[in-house]
Amino acid sequence: MALTIKEVEHVAMLARLTLSDDEKLKFGEQLSSILNYADSLNVLETDDVEPLTHILPVHNVFRTDEAKPGMPREQILSNAPQAEEGQYKVPKIM
Amino acid sequence: MELYELTVHELQERLSRREISSEEIVKSIYLRIHDVEDKVKSFLTLTEDLALQKAQEVDRVGSYHSIAGIPMGLKDIFCTRGVKTTCGSKILANFVPPYDSTASRRLDEQQGVLVGKLNMDEFAMGSSTENSAFFSTHNPWDLERVPGGSSGGSAAAVAACEVPFALGTDTGGSIRQPASFCGVVGMKPTYGRVSRWGVIAYASSLDQVGVFSRDVRDCALVMKIIAGHDPLDSTSADVEVPDYAACLDGDVKGMRIAYPKEYLQQGVDDAIKEAIKKALLKYEELGAIVEEVSLPHSEYALPAYYLVAPAEASANLARYDGVRYGHRDFEAGSVVEMFSQSRAQGFGDEVKRRIMLGAYALSSGYYDAYYLKALKVRRLIANDFDRVFNDFDIIVSPTTPSTAFKIGEQSGDPLTLYMNDILTVPVNMAGLPGMSVPCGFDRGLPIGMQLIGRAFDEGTLFKAAYAFEQNTGFHTMKPTLGVK
Repeated sequence: MALTIKEVEHVAMLARLTLSDDEKLKFGEQLSSILNYADSLNVLETDDVEPLTHILPVHNVFRTDEAKPGMPREQILSNAPQAEEGQYKVPKIM
Repeated sequence: MELYELTVHELQERLSRREISSEEIVKSIYLRIHDVEDKVKSFLTLTEDLALQKAQEVDRVGSYHSIAGIPMGLKDIFCTRGVKTTCGSKILANFVPPYDSTASRRLDEQQGVLVGKLNMDEFAMGSSTENSAFFSTHNPWDLERVPGGSSGGSAAAVAACEVPFALGTDTGGSIRQPASFCGVVGMKPTYGRVSRWGVIAYASSLDQVGVFSRDVRDCALVMKIIAGHDPLDSTSADVEVPDYAACLDGDVKGMRIAYPKEYLQQGVDDAIKEAIKKALLKYEELGAIVEEVSLPHSEYALPAYYLVAPAEASANLARYDGVRYGHRDFEAGSVVEMFSQSRAQGFGDEVKRRIMLGAYALSSGYYDAYYLKALKVRRLIANDFDRVFNDFDIIVSPTTPSTAFKIGEQSGDPLTLYMNDILTVPVNMAGLPGMSVPCGFDRGLPIGMQLIGRAFDEGTLFKAAYAFEQNTGFHTMKPTLGVK
């Protein structure tokens, strides 16, 4: 199958990636060829196969809910592109 | 022999006999780096001042246990407190982590000396290190060729004697394939064996930390330090870590070794098939029982991987939004525009491809056809291995279908490049331990043999790999790098 430009735009929106028109064409072709390759899985009968989501036999690893000291705020904010009054700053939302 | 040429255990012996100091070793290592780094380009960051300080401190204390005073390198995917960690990406070009990964912290606590951070494909996506946002690393055996990837800097640095050992990560072959291309030992342990805390995530159900070294003993020694449960990673396994050094007895008598017929087809170069057949004969000569088996779903591992891994990547890499760390586009007017622009500017093409592929495979209407289907196939692949391990102790195969290719040779079509991982990906899908050891050369380029074991049975891999190494000696070969 080949992805349409509309589908590429939709998936780029889901992925929060701005694409140029050239990129839409290029990625559209490349993603189509990878998906065609993935279609080779369809020859396998898997109706009765349990999906393998996690390789280890562990479920819900819990720990006791104890308060512990966290990292200092300045340290956490030290990599922020923009911060003010101990908080992350982003463009206006509303 | 120069100090930089010695293995970890050789350096340990000399340190404990007080014949040399850590400072001498570290100085020798940096001399070597300054000599060859122009050609190899394996490091993204060097930490020379910190390393010398640490070496002097170790010498002052004078207790040379474990890896105390011994230099090491880390793939630039391990968070290192106060030392820039880029993951090979422009989006993290200025990221300085406020904390350490558990694996690197454990090495640090044993007083290992960090020499620098090593180049890699961006976000560990690639098989050649050409996807690094900064520069390509060169294979020390032929500088026009790739070192493999994604942990290409780690493999090249160990092969070029710029460090005696290094850590890498392996999601679909990113330790074993570059180890094979660069003629060094590389181990990807069982999923959950080593904590992933502080290791920048690509595909969390597949990612695993492992070791590059120049011989099997060093690999066992470093694995023993980094393996084991970590409360900070709920997927790290609470399974006892045996004394791997005790496995190095060279005895494979009666060991049952399987070789899957599918792994000697799939477009594997003749020279590589020959080298593996010779290796199997060597094992028979040493008393092992060698038999052909079938892993019938092998060919489906790669297409399934390219749905599972991108799906997980699309979720993991959602965090790069320009808010908390990493690159931000300051021109953007709205928040959503800021997300989309920052990501478009910060990520390279392969990362974008995999994020979109993953988002597509997970999206409404396609989830069952792609993602769920791949998870079901993943079960079939794991079952194949289970069946073989009912009757056998290890599986032996080539690590890669070809030797190192030329820089630029496979950069045109993403699918061609993906084929490099065809023999390593199934092991990640099944969560098993896998290892690559040097087993020959084709026209001057190293060939790697892959050993695959039962879950949490790294010990048997070390046992088999050590017996092979000690009876062949490929690990003693070193690239000349056009010097001397």
